[in-house]
Amino acid sequence: MTDTIWQTLWQGYIWPGGLILANILALVVPLLIAVAYLTLMERKVLAAMSLRMGPNVVGPFGLLQPFADAVKLIFKEPIIPSGANKILFIMAPCLTFILALIAWAVIPVAEGWVISNINVGVLYLFAISSLGVYGIIVAGWSSNSRYAFLGALRSSAQMVSYEVSMGFVIITVLLCVGSLNLSAIVEAQRTVWFALPLFPMFIIFFISTLAETNRHPFDLPEAEAELVAGYQVEYSSMHFALFFLGEYANMILMSGMTTILFLGGWLPPIDVAPFNWLPGIFWFALKILLLLFVFIWIRAALPRYRYDQLMRLGWKVFLPISLFWVVATAGFLVAFDLLPKGV
Amino acid sequence: MAEVSIANYMVNFGPQHPAAHGVLRLVLELDGEIVERCDPHIGLLHRGTEKLIEHKTYLQAMPYFDRLDYVAPMNQEHAFCLATEKLLGLEVPERGQYVRVLFAEIGRLLNHLLNVTTHAMDCGAMTPTLWAFEEREKLMEFYERVSGARMHAAYFRPGGVHQDLPKGLAEDIYAYCDRLPPVLEDIEGLLTENRIFRQRNVEIGVISAKDAQDWGFSGVMLRGSGIAWDLRKAQPYEVYDKLDFDVPVGKNGDCFDRYLCRIEEMRQSLRIIRQCIEKMPGGPVSSQDRKVVPPKRGEMKKSMEALIHHFKLYTEGFHVPAGQAYAAVEAPKGEFGVYMVSDGTNKPYRCRIRAPGFVHLQATDFLSKGYMLADAVSIVGNLDIVFGEVDR
Repeated sequence: MTDTIWQTLWQGYIWPGGLILANILALVVPLLIAVAYLTLMERKVLAAMSLRMGPNVVGPFGLLQPFADAVKLIFKEPIIPSGANKILFIMAPCLTFILALIAWAVIPVAEGWVISNINVGVLYLFAISSLGVYGIIVAGWSSNSRYAFLGALRSSAQMVSYEVSMGFVIITVLLCVGSLNLSAIVEAQRTVWFALPLFPMFIIFFISTLAETNRHPFDLPEAEAELVAGYQVEYSSMHFALFFLGEYANMILMSGMTTILFLGGWLPPIDVAPFNWLPGIFWFALKILLLLFVFIWIRAALPRYRYDQLMRLGWKVFLPISLFWVVATAGFLVAFDLLPKGV
Repeated sequence: MAEVSIANYMVNFGPQHPAAHGVLRLVLELDGEIVERCDPHIGLLHRGTEKLIEHKTYLQAMPYFDRLDYVAPMNQEHAFCLATEKLLGLEVPERGQYVRVLFAEIGRLLNHLLNVTTHAMDCGAMTPTLWAFEEREKLMEFYERVSGARMHAAYFRPGGVHQDLPKGLAEDIYAYCDRLPPVLEDIEGLLTENRIFRQRNVEIGVISAKDAQDWGFSGVMLRGSGIAWDLRKAQPYEVYDKLDFDVPVGKNGDCFDRYLCRIEEMRQSLRIIRQCIEKMPGGPVSSQDRKVVPPKRGEMKKSMEALIHHFKLYTEGFHVPAGQAYAAVEAPKGEFGVYMVSDGTNKPYRCRIRAPGFVHLQATDFLSKGYMLADAVSIVGNLDIVFGEVDR
């Protein structure tokens, strides 16, 4: 009797549960390490671009620097401003961090390597990235600081504006694929990556991801020259670190999304001998790395937009272009009878 | 319906703000992102320089001028030395004048490199700043080689300069004049043609020529609005009348024109530096009047008279005939003037300093009104304010 209960428990819950946990750990641990090294890469690349050395003291070539940073932040005293709403103040960075991680559940890092292969993957991703704005708004409001509040206002306006055109860009991709499943989107790019036929959309999507992750030249929410550090101005210690990690995890996530939608995900650039020997995850990581490098490059090269210019770019340039392309793509596909069938 | 009163958002900007350029404190009244009122508060770096100078001999007072606009120290020393020389009726030998002009122009490079790139940083471009700081470091090395100090040089003295150029310095500075233009081109490559930078600066912070004159502006702030007024041309001091250089003038009086003026002034400064080195004659670098300029150390060992002069000059200092004089130089930021009243003793009776930054700071309110918060930051960055001289 007890045996069968144990067996059911084991087969029905413990084993699959453990498997899911192992799956998640297998994704999250490398992801967090990647985030840590993204900070190092950013510092190194920025340093090289401004003719400096960058971190080079902790470990060989500064390779242990991210861990030193983490240790420093952990041992700092968390300061909660007396005027702050304590619960929300602590909740906000956790929210940002969690949202940045759970979005990875649907990202296929290689063929079949995905925690949850749901058929509305794109919608899920879009929903999660829209929720991301709450972490920032809550942080800005609960800090009870004027700079933080201004930063939060800017951030929410910016994220909402750019999500609209991002939505249209995604629709054009979906029109070409006929599925919301991310693996199907990648498979649809076997012949040609969508970055080529949908090139303007690719550019708009990439720039929108810059705005979505509050990166240069759209880093108004944390514009140092104006708002000091924007919504995170009152944060210290691990709370700050969570924001920081969340932000960088978001950068990787958005690069991953661009890779899946436009750069053929895990597919090699040409499906011939030396290229398709390498595992899919290698190509996926390489493409993300390239996009991240462009993120950093842009940070080194460009000044920052002003608030109204940012809004104008989002609403008056990107939105009409992406809307036009949705119609144009749909019209083209219908006219030449190229709509994807049977999915 | 009950009346609703809407209060504007007050933000205390500085004095510990990263874009406050030192210790500027702005009280900003914001309507959303729009600046309704911008109230600059000064005095956080006030050290009482003018009063302190009244209790120092002329030579002791001189190093205070390094600490005013610490971005281009020797230009301030220059004004003080000119005022003192005017009261003394002292002539500076030609070589001394060339050396002074040479280092005054290096000061201009130091200042404009810093201002142009920190202004870019206020607009969000971080890389030019780091490139420019590398170049500033090289220029400061020239300062160090000639005076022993990177910043607070105390090199210009009433009657000339402290020492002649060390061996090889003139050649190194001359060679450096060819190495700076590529860096300037790189900096311009990131800024001048950059659309975002233009959007952030063109038509922002416009000052009409009349306003600029009415508010007593000088230097680039005036030239950016189209008035060709440069003390080096208008009332040449030292050897500026023997040198060939152009004064860039803006058209629209906005932040972008002033940025362009500063970039071009750097190129002109390089021209002046080259000419100085080419034309520099031999001879002494400071006046031979031993009642003002202390003798060389070697002379002191041999001559009793020189020893007495040295002793007197470094204890009591020199006496300046009673009278008053105003001397101004074209400092990188504008007209930097020293108005000196002497009562015939060894200490100035009154030394009033006219700092260009103080005058320009007045503009923050009427320039920022109606613009966005980000523009206010960019305008303050473009006014070229250093608090050492504003607060004195």
